[in-house]
Parts: sequence; structure tokens; C-alpha cells
Amino acid sequence: MSNMKKPHITVMRSQLSRARGLGSGQAGVGHWWAERASAVALVPLSGWFVIQVFRLAGASQPEVAKWGARPFNTTMMLSLVILTFYHTQLGLQVIIDDYVHGKAHLPAGLLMKGIVFLLGLFGTVSVLKLALAGSTKGRVAAG
Amino acid sequence: MQDVRDALYVGQRSDGTLTRRPMSPHLQVYRFRLSMFLSIANRAAGVAAAGGSALGLCWISAAAKGPKSFSKVQKVTGNPLGQLLLAGWALALVYHFVAGLRHLAWDSGYRFSKKEINEDGPVAVGVTLGTTLALVTTILGVAICRSRKKAS
Repeated sequence: MSNMKKPHITVMRSQLSRARGLGSGQAGVGHWWAERASAVALVPLSGWFVIQVFRLAGASQPEVAKWGARPFNTTMMLSLVILTFYHTQLGLQVIIDDYVHGKAHLPAGLLMKGIVFLLGLFGTVSVLKLALAGSTKGRVAAG
Repeated sequence: MQDVRDALYVGQRSDGTLTRRPMSPHLQVYRFRLSMFLSIANRAAGVAAAGGSALGLCWISAAAKGPKSFSKVQKVTGNPLGQLLLAGWALALVYHFVAGLRHLAWDSGYRFSKKEINEDGPVAVGVTLGTTLALVTTILGVAICRSRKKAS
């Protein structure tokens, strides 16, 4: 910053107007709560997933497909995938806010959101495909 | 007017003369504390856990695609280098989980004094390492037992 030696006021605004202008942006509380709420929801979901990893360690593809076709497992997996990538997006946004300044801030945030959104959608589609492909196979075999 | 932040560095002494407010010193002047490492490690673990989750999508998408793709993923998970990567992912997830629980406690007003934070730090490290080691070894053990049973 300039004028290190001799301090002087360069802005012709009152302290009050400056304080008002630099107040809260209002969106922070929502972001903070969303981060905490998704974190709390991920606690039981992660615990459930660890148990599933024990069940599926060393499993073959048909075994995984059979597991993924159960509606309860599909529901839990979809919740896990969606909340994981939602929480990821919230966390990475904070990191971008902290370290990326100036004109690069907005594009960096949008790029990150785009990538995380696509990853989350890819996971969602995969879980759904595993679930629905399993059930159609059963129907074909029965018919 | 130059940078708008310049204005915020100008303060007044009690005699009315203007002065430049002090800036906070750079990180390197502080003595190393465990809590500062654990703080940045939580952020790094979050990024690593996210990267691992992105790779983890390969597993579920391969299972959705079919047995051929799934056997490719099994080649990675059966490989020592792949297993090291999985262990790293587990470490990042477990630490982010533990540090996240601490943050939730702090947000609720518990264990937030300097003394308590310094007491809990080594516990968090121990819990993280112990849980990760237990998870990685037992999961690997279960996987090996199951594939041996199938082979015989």
C-alpha cells in the first residue's frame, strides 16, 4: 500500500458511511449453516458407508449390483453422494474466497462449482443406473 | 483515491494526529503450535477427501457399467499402489471427520478454551491415526479373506 511514511486520509467519506458500506453481505450465515447441516448429515451417512465397505470388500460386480439394487441402499448412496459433493462445494468456496483475489475470484468459483456439480451428477447417475439396471435384469429373467 | 483499503489503515492518536494502524504479522513470525498445523491440515484433508471422493466415483460408475469395467477398478484396488492411495483417502476422510466433530463442538460452545484446545489436539491425532489404521487393516483383511474363499 502507498504512503507508508506519512499517514493521511485519502477518502472523503465519513467513518459512519464507510462502516455501513462494508457491512455484512448477508449471505454468510446461510453458507455457514449449510456447511454445518451437511456435515452433521454426513456423520451417520459416512458411518453407514463404512459398514457397507466391510460388506463389499472384495465383492464381485454382480454382488455389488445386487447390493446397489436394494431401494434402501440406493437411497442412502444417493444421499451420501449428493451431500458429499454439496459439502465439497461449500468447503472449496471458502478456500477460493480466502486465497483467490481480484478478478479471478468469480471465474474460479464458477469453475469449481461447475466441476463439483458435474462430479455429483455423475455419481448420482451411476447410483441410479446401478439400481435400475439391477431391477430390470431381474424382471427380464422372471419374464 | 488509491486502494480503498488504504483508508482503513489510517487511525487517529489520542492527540488527534493521524497514524498508520499496524498490520498483522506474517505467519512465519509465530512459534509452531500443534493447533495451527491441525487447522490447516483439516483444510488440506477436506481437499484430499474431495479428490478421493471424485476418484471413488470410478468404483460406483464401473459397477454400474458392468463386470468388464469393474474388473479394471479391481485391478487398481488390488494393487499395492492403489491400496496406498485408498489408505491416504481413508486418512484424509477420518481426519476431516474428527476435526469436523471438534468444529461442531466449538460451534456449540464446548472445549473452546485455549487450554482445552491444546489438550484435545494430540487426542485428535491419536484417534485419527488409530481409526485409520484399524479401518485400513480390517478392510484389507476382509477383502483378502473373501477373494481367497472365492478362489478355493
